[in-house]
Amino acid sequence: MIRPVLLTNARLLCPAGGRDSPGTLLVQEGRIAGLDGDGAPEGAETVDCGGAVLAPGLIDLRAALGEPGHEHRETIGTAAEAAAAGGITTLCALPDSDPALDDPAILQFILRKGEATGSLTVLPYGAATKGCAGAEITEFGLLAEAGAVAFTDGARAIASARTMRLALSYARAFGRFVVQHPEEPSLGRGACATEGEMATRMGLPAAPAAAEAMMVARDIALARLTRGHVHFAHVSTAAALELIRAAKAEGLRVTCDTAPPYFDLNETAIGDFRTYAKLSPPLRREGDRRAVVAALADGTVDAVASDHQPRDADDKRVPFAAAEAGGAGLATLLGVTLARVHAGDLTLMRAVELLTAAPARLLGLEAGRLAPGAPADLVLFDPDRAWKVEAGRLPGKAQNSPFDGRALEGRVVGTWKAGRRVFG
Amino acid sequence: MPLYPHRHLLALEGLEPPYIAELLDLAESYVLLNRGGKTQRDLLRGRTLINLFFEDSTRTRTSFELAGKRLGADVINMSVSTSSVNKGETLLDTASTLNAMRTDLLVVRHAQSGAPALLSQKVEAAVINAGDGTHEHPTQALLDALTIRRRKGTLENLTVAICGDVLHSRVARSNIHLLLAMNCRVRIVGPPTLIPAEAEALGVEVHHDMRSGLRDADVVMMLRLQRERMAGGLVPSAREFFRFYGLDAAKLRVARPDAIVMHPGPMNRGVEIDSAVADDPQRSVIGEQVEMGVAVRMAVLDVLSRNGRRNAR
Repeated sequence: MIRPVLLTNARLLCPAGGRDSPGTLLVQEGRIAGLDGDGAPEGAETVDCGGAVLAPGLIDLRAALGEPGHEHRETIGTAAEAAAAGGITTLCALPDSDPALDDPAILQFILRKGEATGSLTVLPYGAATKGCAGAEITEFGLLAEAGAVAFTDGARAIASARTMRLALSYARAFGRFVVQHPEEPSLGRGACATEGEMATRMGLPAAPAAAEAMMVARDIALARLTRGHVHFAHVSTAAALELIRAAKAEGLRVTCDTAPPYFDLNETAIGDFRTYAKLSPPLRREGDRRAVVAALADGTVDAVASDHQPRDADDKRVPFAAAEAGGAGLATLLGVTLARVHAGDLTLMRAVELLTAAPARLLGLEAGRLAPGAPADLVLFDPDRAWKVEAGRLPGKAQNSPFDGRALEGRVVGTWKAGRRVFG
Repeated sequence: MPLYPHRHLLALEGLEPPYIAELLDLAESYVLLNRGGKTQRDLLRGRTLINLFFEDSTRTRTSFELAGKRLGADVINMSVSTSSVNKGETLLDTASTLNAMRTDLLVVRHAQSGAPALLSQKVEAAVINAGDGTHEHPTQALLDALTIRRRKGTLENLTVAICGDVLHSRVARSNIHLLLAMNCRVRIVGPPTLIPAEAEALGVEVHHDMRSGLRDADVVMMLRLQRERMAGGLVPSAREFFRFYGLDAAKLRVARPDAIVMHPGPMNRGVEIDSAVADDPQRSVIGEQVEMGVAVRMAVLDVLSRNGRRNAR
């Protein structure tokens, strides 16, 4: 039996309930027992939050884990350390591992490994196609029963329109959505940057930003046709966001997320051939970055995900075009999102909503809110405490942060998973 | 008594309820005749029935052959392999050959929707559609209706769930038309990838969950899932299909306690239907469907040959 915990002197921030006010929160048996109660029950441990923000633990909609297949980059254990330090208590794991998460038994392996961390709920995506190869859809029903939250081929676009149609259509039967990496692959083969002046000067093979909007337009048409739910991951261009905005206005089941690099960085970050800033999709022009910021504020973007892609030195210490795309993002998810609050682009409430209540709603989770009965998954953060991102000194194994050297305001000071303190 | 007004039997879509009832009533009398071990070999004496099958089928062809012989017709089976005949031109050449042979009744099975209708425009014989592509299979729906009527005492106002690969099923389409004409509530149940577009426009309810689709159903009709559907990616695997859409005792439990189970055959046991259900004498009427098939086809041959005589006069 775990001792009850009373968190006092906190600024309780719960976007799901619209609350932002001082208060106390009582945790019992791994769940939130009450808010603003009088005094602590017998034997309770009291934690003085010092006026910091106490919010639901972050729900990361999109992260690649090294397991299975790339344990040299990251393991579920090391990812859980980084997640705890970043205030993340629930994480959706991408299925394009080796082997891919296309069989119920492999999915159950991931779920068990997640449980074993004790600090992080790992919710696996099911592979949308066998081996994430893009050809035949997987057993959505059996995978959903085994715990697949949605279906995707991860960093690979589902290129065939017919396959995407079948996936969207078939997923409806099991109440799941399909996540697309929106990039027309025939335009992006071999590319490592966004087409334009920057890539031209650097002499890098590049893909046009329009490759994203093309795939988004196609899949919106398929969502209309199938009445299925398509979710676009890490949307990064103004043109794609405009299409998504219009699709939502039409009432289609279309949602999307983006990741911190796409609202905090632009393509100039790849200057000096910095491979840590080589991402998929590639960083865009400043105008696209600004469009992403606007879409975060106006609700076009449903959630912010870390888009964590662990890479090791061998993946990154090579010429830019040969380097693996992807950035580590667990530890910096909150800090970089809060930078938009400090810049005046987002309210604190909206920023936290994008990381908690919004992904919870999308996934139908009971986590993501400060309410009696909800799991006591919590993050305590000081929105003003300054720190510097330093690759090499980040929690977890993967150090390939595109934000290396970035000064941030807003730092996690404590994380609780099911009422147990797992960080700070 | 109404008299079936058409020269051919090409489809059930648009066929008025009194004519459906007429065919079923007549078929009923043939059930009794067949059960009594009697034949009526004078009815179609001297008439020629050709079974023209462009697609393999043992069951339907045999059923028509038996029906024709019991009524005294000269029955000839012509099997034409699909590979050699796939052009409309060749089909019409076949029509002139048949005309030259003075065929009275022509039973046609073809892989292309509309092929029997095309033939009917060119031949002098009465054409019976024995299944065309994914369009219709009228005699199958009639034999299903007769089976239901005998078991339930009526065809009206029943709740019928048609389950599985509706997209590719001519049996489903004919049944939908017939059952809706008889005021039944028709549900089609299957994964979204196997439900045809705008199916609701036909007047059916669409369900993707067997529990809601089978709830309080009087009749559960299973369709055959062809292996090609899995190769084509419409269904990820047989084990998944069976788990979610295969009829077993657990799924059948939400149907009415006296619900009957039907299947046009041949069955894929362990894919769309569990053997325990298929072989349950309380529930399964699959054997009876085959018996009704011969009677229904006798009735159809009878009615169409009368119309042929009338037209000849």
